[in-house]
Amino acid sequence: MTEHSKYQRFIPHIYLALAIFIIIFPIYVVFVASTLTSADILAAPMPLKPGIHGVENYTRALLEGSENMGAPALTMIKNSLIMALGISVGKIIISLLAAYAIVFFDFRLRKFCFWSIFITLMLPVQVRIMPTYKVISDLGMLNTYAGLILPMVVSATAVFLFRQFFMTIPKEIVEASQIDGAGPMTFFFKILIPMTKTPIAAMFVIQFIFGWNQYLWPLLITTKEKYYTLLIGINRMLSGADVQIEWQIVMATTLLALIPPVVVVMIMQKQFVTGMTDTEK
Amino acid sequence: MVKQYEFSNKELPYLLVLPQMIVVFVFFFWPAGQAIWQSFFIQDAFGGRLIFVGIENYAKLFADPAYWDSFGVSTLFAVLVAFFSMTIALFLAVQANKKIRLASFYKTMLIWPYAVATMVAGVLWLFLFNPNVGIIAWTLKHKFGVEWNHLLDTGHALTLITIAASWKQIAYNFVFFLAGLQSVPAALIEAAAIDGADNKKQFWHIIFPLITPTSFFLLVMNLVYAFFETFPIIHQVTAGGPGQSTSILVYKVWRDGVVNLDLGGSASQSVVLMILVITLTIVQFRFIERKVNY
Repeated sequence: MTEHSKYQRFIPHIYLALAIFIIIFPIYVVFVASTLTSADILAAPMPLKPGIHGVENYTRALLEGSENMGAPALTMIKNSLIMALGISVGKIIISLLAAYAIVFFDFRLRKFCFWSIFITLMLPVQVRIMPTYKVISDLGMLNTYAGLILPMVVSATAVFLFRQFFMTIPKEIVEASQIDGAGPMTFFFKILIPMTKTPIAAMFVIQFIFGWNQYLWPLLITTKEKYYTLLIGINRMLSGADVQIEWQIVMATTLLALIPPVVVVMIMQKQFVTGMTDTEK
Repeated sequence: MVKQYEFSNKELPYLLVLPQMIVVFVFFFWPAGQAIWQSFFIQDAFGGRLIFVGIENYAKLFADPAYWDSFGVSTLFAVLVAFFSMTIALFLAVQANKKIRLASFYKTMLIWPYAVATMVAGVLWLFLFNPNVGIIAWTLKHKFGVEWNHLLDTGHALTLITIAASWKQIAYNFVFFLAGLQSVPAALIEAAAIDGADNKKQFWHIIFPLITPTSFFLLVMNLVYAFFETFPIIHQVTAGGPGQSTSILVYKVWRDGVVNLDLGGSASQSVVLMILVITLTIVQFRFIERKVNY
């Protein structure tokens, strides 16, 4: 190997390492801040070496929360989890059913249903914010889990992904199950769902992250601390004057909000990448 | 399209699509219809009755310089975010796609920030740039003589939200660019190398044209992201300020509706945004059709 190509082989490592540094740095600083005392942080510049108050800060964040906001992180983790699981599982179930109907049945409103679902792509929550709020409030769903979850469970992308996948299933398999006397629902549960495992897993990763990271919607409809999700709680802790902010608690809570979706992506990276590039293209 | 085997049941399919349809109509069509309907009304001074005013809300909206400012800053912000997050992601994808050691480690490390909430990205950078406690703000002040304050300085505010929004979006673009690069046939690149094309030429004459579809798709997705999904960053980091200088369209629609309770005004803004999303979606789908033929 010549000197020149050795040098050329080394360069990408420098760029990539630099990029990773830029990605990690803010999170490292947040981690350090979550192990310091409030005084350490306020006496800027804060140290860049972790302190010894980590256990104390995380215990307080989890069980009590910060002084200007009563909800402990444990409650908020529960709420975020209920919302994320409700949205992702809900989306998968109703999308599987809808895609099944659209692909395997010939019915009069088939086209109409398909296009209705398609159009939802063009109506993100940001553009129908006030009226959706009103619908939820009329239904008495403000400050409820149903209110947090239901308006978010429609997913055109999930329906499209499952539809695409269903269309590739060989006719012979369906016919064989018919000959064996299986009805449509038996076929659905016993044969189709097990075959669809991979797309379901991919969808789950993407939608869990989507659900966990929701912000605008919970900001609108949760006014009781009991129903705050982590992101809303962090926003509330940060409102008010700088001196009143207990940065170490906020930073501990921020890391708690960051870790679950990141862990999901890291564990299921392969499904996640195929899921993303399959649905959005 | 291959036709799938079809069951003969007549009622079952309706039962199957019912849950999806209920949600679509109750939480999508009904509110969207309401937004369009309300955009033609104002609420009287006592907050009860709706008065039909025709297109007055729209006329007022488009005559309002603040709305055009919001349009302007949204566009600037979207272009900046798309530019930085796409060029950086493409550059990194090219590096990570080389046959180097640790390539899969690098890929994982560059993909996971996708999972970080937009709101959390805002908080991370807000903490670094906080004028009182932020470590970068402190460094800028004491080492470079820059008095950082994004709550007073529009340029600082715009810079900060651009950094936070781009930082978060790089991972998304990276995933797609990497997939695009991996689909470029190695034989083509080898042939070019044999013909004496250096790295630069290989990239601009062979790789770049082949990933144009990916780039175009990402451009649309990044614009949609910057226009619609960066609300949490604006809300948390600048609150639209200083003044209204970083009040992008989605922030303004929320503020006018939820904070200022201007239902008609907020509804007409919603309708304008709807038209914007529809346009972007159509552009994207027309492009995908073209790509399939090609």
